[in-house]
Amino acid sequence: MKAIYGLYGDGMSAQQAVNRLRAAGVANREIVVISSQPMEEFEFGHMDSKTRIWWIACLGGLIGMATAFGLAWLTEVSWPINVGGLPTFAWWPNLIIIFELTMLGAILATVLTLVVTGGLGRRGGVYDPAVSDGKILVGVENPSESRVRELESALGAIHGAQIKTV
Amino acid sequence: MSPSTHQRINSDLLRPLFQTSWRFYLLVAVFGGIVLTALVAWLSQAYFGFGVTGLKWPIYWGFYVTNFVFWIGISHAGTLISAILRLVDAGWRRPVTRCAEVITVFALMIGALFPIIHLGRPWLAFWLFPYPSERLIWPNFRSPLVWDFFAINTYLTGSLLFLLLPMIPDFAVVRDKATGLRKKIYGILALGWRGTPKQWHRLEAAMSIMAVAIVPVAVSVHTIVSFDFSMAPVPMWKTTIFGPYFVAGAIFSGIAGLLIAMALLRRFLHLQEYLLPIHFQNLGKLLLVMALLWGYFVFNERLVTYYGNEPSEMTVFWRTQRESFAPLYWTMVIGNFVLPVVLMGIKYFRTITGCVIASLGVVVGMWLERFLIIVPSLGNKYLPYSFATYRPQPVEIIIAIATFAAMTLLYVLFAKFVPIISIWELKAGGPSERPGPTHQHGSVGPVLLDQPRQ
Repeated sequence: MKAIYGLYGDGMSAQQAVNRLRAAGVANREIVVISSQPMEEFEFGHMDSKTRIWWIACLGGLIGMATAFGLAWLTEVSWPINVGGLPTFAWWPNLIIIFELTMLGAILATVLTLVVTGGLGRRGGVYDPAVSDGKILVGVENPSESRVRELESALGAIHGAQIKTV
Repeated sequence: MSPSTHQRINSDLLRPLFQTSWRFYLLVAVFGGIVLTALVAWLSQAYFGFGVTGLKWPIYWGFYVTNFVFWIGISHAGTLISAILRLVDAGWRRPVTRCAEVITVFALMIGALFPIIHLGRPWLAFWLFPYPSERLIWPNFRSPLVWDFFAINTYLTGSLLFLLLPMIPDFAVVRDKATGLRKKIYGILALGWRGTPKQWHRLEAAMSIMAVAIVPVAVSVHTIVSFDFSMAPVPMWKTTIFGPYFVAGAIFSGIAGLLIAMALLRRFLHLQEYLLPIHFQNLGKLLLVMALLWGYFVFNERLVTYYGNEPSEMTVFWRTQRESFAPLYWTMVIGNFVLPVVLMGIKYFRTITGCVIASLGVVVGMWLERFLIIVPSLGNKYLPYSFATYRPQPVEIIIAIATFAAMTLLYVLFAKFVPIISIWELKAGGPSERPGPTHQHGSVGPVLLDQPRQ
C-alpha cells in the first residue's frame, strides 16, 4: 500500500481529520494535506510554513548587484570612451544597471527557491483529482500495515469522509 | 466554499479551454491575417530599404518609436497594477489580475520588437550588442539605450514569471479535468503541483516578494524610456518632469487597455458572473485619478515652457497647440482628459460601457501623446534649416495597426489555452469576491456564493 487518505468537503472536517491523525500518534511530517486553494484560516494550512525565501531573495539581489557592478566596471574600463566629460566609470548612469540587475537577481532567486523547496517538477506522492473539485485530501503515505486499520478509523470518524487506499 | 461551488467555478472558467466556438477561428483568421500583412510590409521594408517609410532627416523617430513607447506604456497595465493590488490585499483584484498580467507580457513583447523593426538592416541587429569584437567598435555603455536593454529585459522576465507562477495550480486543475494528449501537456505544465500547505505557502511568499520587486522595476522601466528623450538636447524633451510624466501616462494607458480587455472577455467568454460591474467601477475610479494626474503633468510641462519663453521650445509649443499639430493635440486632450474626467467623474456614466468609451479615448489619446512628444520636437529643432515634416507611409501605418491586431490575437490564443481568471485565487477569496447572479448596473454589494444558483 502506498497511502491511505480521506477526502473532506470542507476545511473544518479536514482539520478534525488532521487532529485525529495526530491523536493516533502520526507525526506532522507524515501527514499529507492537499487542497485546491490556500487554507490559511485553518491550522493545517500553516504546516511547513517556515521558509527562508525572503533571505534567499535578498541574497539573490546582492549577487545581482555585484554582477551589475562588475559588468559595468569591466565594460566601461575595457572600452573607455569620453562621453560628454563623464568619468570612465560614472556612478549615476551605472546605478540604473545596478538597480535592474539587483531586482532581477532577487526575482530569479525567489523563483528558484520556490521550485526547489516547493518540490516543483518532482513526480510521485499521493494525489486525487477530486481535490480540484474542492475536496481536501488528508492522509498518510506509506503507512505500516499494522497501523492501517487505526488510521482508517481515525480518518473515517469524520462525517462525510470518503476513505481511499492506493 | 462547498464542492459544488468549486465545480461551478471550474466549469465556468475552463469552458473556453474545452469548447471552441467558430468565433475563435474567425478572430484568429482575421487578426492573424492582419499580422501576416504587417509581416509582408516589414519584409518589403527590409528588401526595399527605409525609403519606403516616411522616416528621413531630421525625423528618424516616427511611428515606430511612437509604437515602442506606447506599447511599453500599455505594459504597465498588468504587473504593476496587479502587484500594487496584491500588496494592499485588495480582494476585488482576484478576477482581474491575470487579465492584466497577460497584457503586460504581450505588450512588452510587441514593444520590444520595435527597436528591431526600426532597423534598416535587421539582420545586422547584433551590431548593436555591446560585446568584445574585432571591428574596433567601442560601444557607449553609458547610453540610455543600454539602460533600456536592462530595464525592459528585467521587467519582461519578472512579468513573465509573475504571470506564470500563479498559473501552475490552475494548470493542475486543467490536468485533472482534461483527457488524452491535453492531460499530458497540462500535466507537464503543472510541474507536479499537488497543493500541499508547503507549496501554497511558498507560492504566496514568492508572489509577495515578486510583487515588492516588480513595482519599482515597473516604475524604473518607463522612467528609463523617458530618459531616451530627456537625455537629448531637443526642444521640449530636456525636462526633469519626463520620468514621472511617462510613468503616470503608462499606468493611465495600461488601465485603459485593461478595461477594454476585461469588457471584451466578459462579453465573449460569458464571464458576467466573474467580471462584475464593481471591478469596472473600481478601475474606472483609478482611470479618473490617472486622468487628473495626466492633466496635472501636462499643465506643469506646458506652463513651465510657456513662462520660460525659450524660442526653440516655443516653436514646438505653438506647432502643437495652434498650428499643424493642433488637431492631434486637442484630440489628445479630449481623449486623455475631457472624456475620462466626465465619464468617470460622474457616477451615472461609470458603467461598463462608460468605462470602455473612456478607455478607448485614453488609448487613442495616449498614442497621440507619444507621437506628439516625438515628431514635432524632431521636426523643429533650433534652426529653421533643420525644420521638416513627417508623413507616415503605408508600411508604417500597416505595422502600427498590426500591433493592435497582434495584441488581440495573442490575447485570444492565451484565453483559449489558459484560464483567463485565476481559478485558485478566486476560490481563495471571500464570498463577496466569488461569482454569483449577474449584478444589475449599480448593484455592487457582496454576492453570496453558497446560495443555490438562480
